[in-house]
Amino acid sequence: MSGVRVLVGTRKGAFILTSDGKREKWDVSGPHFAGWEMYHLKGSPADPNRIYASQSSSWFGQIIQRSDDGGRTWHQPGTPPGEPTTTPDGMPKGESNNFVYDTSPETGKPLTTHQWYDGTPHPWEFKRVWHLEPSLTDPNTVYAGVEDAALFRSTDGGKTWQELAGLRGHGTGPAWQPGAGGMCLHTILLDPSDPNRIFIAISSAGAFRTDDAGKTWRPINRGLHSLYIPDPTAEVGHCVHRIAMHRSRPGVLFMQKHWDVMRSDNAGESWQEISGNLPTDFGFPIEVHAHEPNTIYVVPIKSDSEHFPPDGKLRVYRSRTGGNEWEPLTKGLPQSDCYVNVLRDAMAVDSLDECGMYFGTTGGQVYASANGGDSWAPIVRDLPAVVSVEVQTLP
Amino acid sequence: MIRVTLPAHLRKLAHVDGEVKLEVDGQVTQRAVLDALEARYPMLRGTIRDQVTQKRRAFVRFFACQEDLSHEPPDAPLPDAVATGAEPFMIVGAIAGG
Repeated sequence: MSGVRVLVGTRKGAFILTSDGKREKWDVSGPHFAGWEMYHLKGSPADPNRIYASQSSSWFGQIIQRSDDGGRTWHQPGTPPGEPTTTPDGMPKGESNNFVYDTSPETGKPLTTHQWYDGTPHPWEFKRVWHLEPSLTDPNTVYAGVEDAALFRSTDGGKTWQELAGLRGHGTGPAWQPGAGGMCLHTILLDPSDPNRIFIAISSAGAFRTDDAGKTWRPINRGLHSLYIPDPTAEVGHCVHRIAMHRSRPGVLFMQKHWDVMRSDNAGESWQEISGNLPTDFGFPIEVHAHEPNTIYVVPIKSDSEHFPPDGKLRVYRSRTGGNEWEPLTKGLPQSDCYVNVLRDAMAVDSLDECGMYFGTTGGQVYASANGGDSWAPIVRDLPAVVSVEVQTLP
Repeated sequence: MIRVTLPAHLRKLAHVDGEVKLEVDGQVTQRAVLDALEARYPMLRGTIRDQVTQKRRAFVRFFACQEDLSHEPPDAPLPDAVATGAEPFMIVGAIAGG
């Protein structure tokens, strides 16, 4: 019988929640990597047993973990458990946490600084991996979006990483500035119809696209309007919080910006606002129904200074029309005295016949819906603050 | 024989219990001890020192013989008691928070 595996990253460890296709009873495994910040875990679409995880700490930096058995056991790529960590000649088998910015002349424009909060030049410094995006076809290929913003790729299962430096080097990089949460590359969308096309988003630089597998990039922010930057329609500087697409229609993108929910029907060439009747158009995640490309979901948050739902009511909003007309989904969600946040990577959908939805909160709840959002129930209530939620649909 | 103590999170990453014992060739310095530690346990690379700059991570401290050696030059000799193994070289996660 088919089932689901929900991968939950929290501020103090990772948890794996599994259920059969009914999604009524759940097994909770964890904490894995207790005490570490688990920014993101994601399984390979090509091999569901292969899961990558970003483990980090302010004390000890970045670690990449990998599971080859669906999350039962983990190891740092290059050093399988129980095996020597070095080759016979004493060399390390992998450098899975070594993210080094490419400053070689071959990139054309080696970059050394971006803008700091006060507008002064600031050196690019690696801090952590925010998002891991496994290839759609090759379990050993995985992309990493990092802070300070850059895109890395591994083609050896996470053992070694190389920057796709054309992104930082395309021209606007020295003008990028961090948002309040840091200058992070947090969204990576791989186009299932075109292996050369990748979309990424950076806070607070904006959205970017490559059409040549990462060699060259350009900003795709036309139509965005951000009042918190000097030129509200600038080419870069927009605080994009999340982008989503449906795999059957990769030219249509949906965006939750710092403020504004947006849509593009031409692969990011231009954007239109679709906030419509939302109670507030601030928020972090945005998701698309697994089987209905025009059904999208957001979680409105009151404001950028009050990171909690309006009126203390936790409501997912659904649009079945690709935006503008939104309906609140409240059944099973707290409708009073709720002041949690839902972060950008903390919502996911499964692809079972009746689409399941999942999201985690900074209050440690993970809610699930087995009916496309019509009703919700918590899987767990008391985890550490949830940073990310991904789901694997298992055969 | 140099004795090194690691914080719990790093012991877990390195799959070790208790102290780590290392052989260090030549003069016993912070850099020599950390080089030997990372050679034995490559999974610790980047967790104590930055991968690129080799600077100590901000929230990591080095103690030995009741002294804070965190700000000593990495190539300065460590105390004789560390070099002889009488005292451990302690790698400590700084107290941060409330």
